[in-house]
Amino acid sequence: MKEQMTENIIEIKDLVRQFDETIAVDHINLKVKRGEFVTFLGPSGCGKTTTLRMIAGFDRPTSGEILLNGVNISDLPPNRRPINTVFQRYALFPHLNVFENIAFGLKQKRVRVVLEDSKGNRKEKTQKLSKQEIAEKVAHALKIVDLEGFEKRSITTLSGGQQQRVAIARAIVNEPQILLLDEPLGALDLKMRKDMQIELKEMHKTLGITFIYVTHDQEEALTMSDTVVVMKDGTVQQIGTPTDIYNEPVNAFVADFIGESNIFSGTITDHKKVRFIGKVFDCVDDFEKNEKVDVVVRPEDVVLTAPGEGIVDGEIISSVFKGVHYEMILKVGRNEVVIQNTVEKKVGEKCGVMISPDNIHIMKKEFSVNRYDGYITKKNTVIFGDGEFECDVTQLYAGSHLDEEGYLITADGEQLDLTDVDVEVEVGLHDIDVSDEPEIGGATGNIVSIIYKGDHYQIIVRTEENEEDYVVDTEYTWNENDTVSISIPKEAIKMKLKTEEKR
Amino acid sequence: MTRKIISYAFLVFVLIFVYAPILLLVIYSFTPSTIIGKWDGFSLSLYGELFTNARVRTMIINTVVLALLAAGLSTILGTIGAIGIFYSRGKLGKVVKGASNINVINAEIVIGVSLALLFSFLTFNRTYFSLLLGHLALITPFVVLSVTPKLKQMDPSLYEAALDLGATPTKALFKVIIPEIMSGIVSGFMLAITLSLDDYIITSFTKPIGFDTISTYAYNAVKNQAKSDLPALRALSAIIFLIAVIVVIIMNIRASRKEKTK
Repeated sequence: MKEQMTENIIEIKDLVRQFDETIAVDHINLKVKRGEFVTFLGPSGCGKTTTLRMIAGFDRPTSGEILLNGVNISDLPPNRRPINTVFQRYALFPHLNVFENIAFGLKQKRVRVVLEDSKGNRKEKTQKLSKQEIAEKVAHALKIVDLEGFEKRSITTLSGGQQQRVAIARAIVNEPQILLLDEPLGALDLKMRKDMQIELKEMHKTLGITFIYVTHDQEEALTMSDTVVVMKDGTVQQIGTPTDIYNEPVNAFVADFIGESNIFSGTITDHKKVRFIGKVFDCVDDFEKNEKVDVVVRPEDVVLTAPGEGIVDGEIISSVFKGVHYEMILKVGRNEVVIQNTVEKKVGEKCGVMISPDNIHIMKKEFSVNRYDGYITKKNTVIFGDGEFECDVTQLYAGSHLDEEGYLITADGEQLDLTDVDVEVEVGLHDIDVSDEPEIGGATGNIVSIIYKGDHYQIIVRTEENEEDYVVDTEYTWNENDTVSISIPKEAIKMKLKTEEKR
Repeated sequence: MTRKIISYAFLVFVLIFVYAPILLLVIYSFTPSTIIGKWDGFSLSLYGELFTNARVRTMIINTVVLALLAAGLSTILGTIGAIGIFYSRGKLGKVVKGASNINVINAEIVIGVSLALLFSFLTFNRTYFSLLLGHLALITPFVVLSVTPKLKQMDPSLYEAALDLGATPTKALFKVIIPEIMSGIVSGFMLAITLSLDDYIITSFTKPIGFDTISTYAYNAVKNQAKSDLPALRALSAIIFLIAVIVVIIMNIRASRKEKTK
């Protein structure tokens, strides 16, 4: 392959991977710079591993392109890509010893050499690496991973950490352009994991190879990477340096996933002023007045003062020692603020709270209202979001009312049959009731996400049939994967006739 | 205490019940008498007959060659089949797997008769080839059955790892998958040999006329008692039993050694 020197070693364009009905990777765009340490971070099922597998060549994209040095490699088989992988459970060959495992890739390799015979004729030839070359390379790789002298050992006699090192050696010995690592430290214990994180980072520096790393561990991602790609539901949420991602999360999901955070619902009251937990704070982000926003404050950024000296007062309701710091919860009105500090305040103590304007991060509210496409039934109920709900159909036509037979009489006295009329439905986040009794509601689904927002939880209930989402603000605690039913009061369902219908 | 004695007594009784006939056979293989129960003095003449009697000798060679050939071919076929079934997705894979398993449960007589019918339908004379096909039909499903669990136990990333390291799919198959499932292939081969060695029903339905394996020969010999070389079968049975004992002992020793190295 002719190499075209571009700054980006990998470029992913509009990548989609669909398995039967589910979309694992949903239109991803991404650029990876040469020599970068990039981490795909996200909860399980977010599409990070699928993306990695497509870069490795184990999976074919449904659509979209993967460019390596500017050349599309989407259809190139894995054995012809200059990319090597460290697998999640190592995938070492048990029937081969350490040396043979590491030499496996080298034995497949063919190099072009120019031979010169006695008459001075030059001849180009492809040949295998010599035994000595292989032995030298293997020894060097073992030295890098700190396993000198392990050549003859059988794989089954190695500890998890040693197997991990052999797996890394087996990949880097081929001098790939890109090293892919699929949650490689997942099976190690905490101490070993921390050590390996540092060692991997060192290796990245010395080898100069581009690393693409997949993990669900946000701390690991922040510690090791140059760039973090936060993913959720097959889409990229945010791409940035660890500092950017931590300090400037683009939405509540990223803020909640990366590190501990307090997320509150707030309102912009004035230029660079935001109101949350019942008080107005100065902030640095500029938003439109009266806009509803999510406010993120990191627990370590909350400063405790003597009562009355802060912006707002509260009472400590819990304090847990976490090794380096105390994690305390301060009750402010109906809100709870999580605080991390090395100085402990006792439960019951009254404190003031100060938050410096730089540490208040404001994000556009992700969901302010649920919107659905629906249609009216014969019984004048409405079907949307995989459910059937009672509704007030007279709101579709101003001044209308229903006659005894269920026909709608408009203000002009016209009689209309609304059956199968398409409508746009809006339901507020507070207007949805969630219950664990399945018969009660108009629709049922599973809770797929829970984000705590200071005084309430924002949960997302997803139906099974068409994967419709209901975003609900609730004061009650639920667990992820709970199956719940959704009910909505008749008057809370706002409907509009679909504009297309009028045309 | 009495319970212990009873349980030991029961064990001894079972062992005697199982091994007495074989023991009797072995003892009487050292006497040239035509009827078991009559001792005509110690002699190794029956063992000698195995090598001198041309008919007995061809029959033994026939059986062993057929078993090795059938087992070898069915191991190749069965291994390829098992890998194919394992990696094929969707309905086709399930259908093929089910179809392969039916022959394992199916009565041998049904396979034998249907093969004989098929061959005569195709005006296919009974030849060595038809006999070989019959044995393959019988034993290949067992090879599939013994290889499949090994494939299931294998880490699915191993194949991908081989590709990742630059191996072509064929190389990955021979360098990684086959070594990984080797124990299943070997036990499939052994199973195939034993099944082919002592098969009577299929052999009798598919063998060419005048061709005999140990089992068909022994059956005929017992049926027409007049045959004079019947006693030689005692010596042959004793040898087969001895080989089986040796194989079991070797396997046990190897297993316990493996345990120790771990």
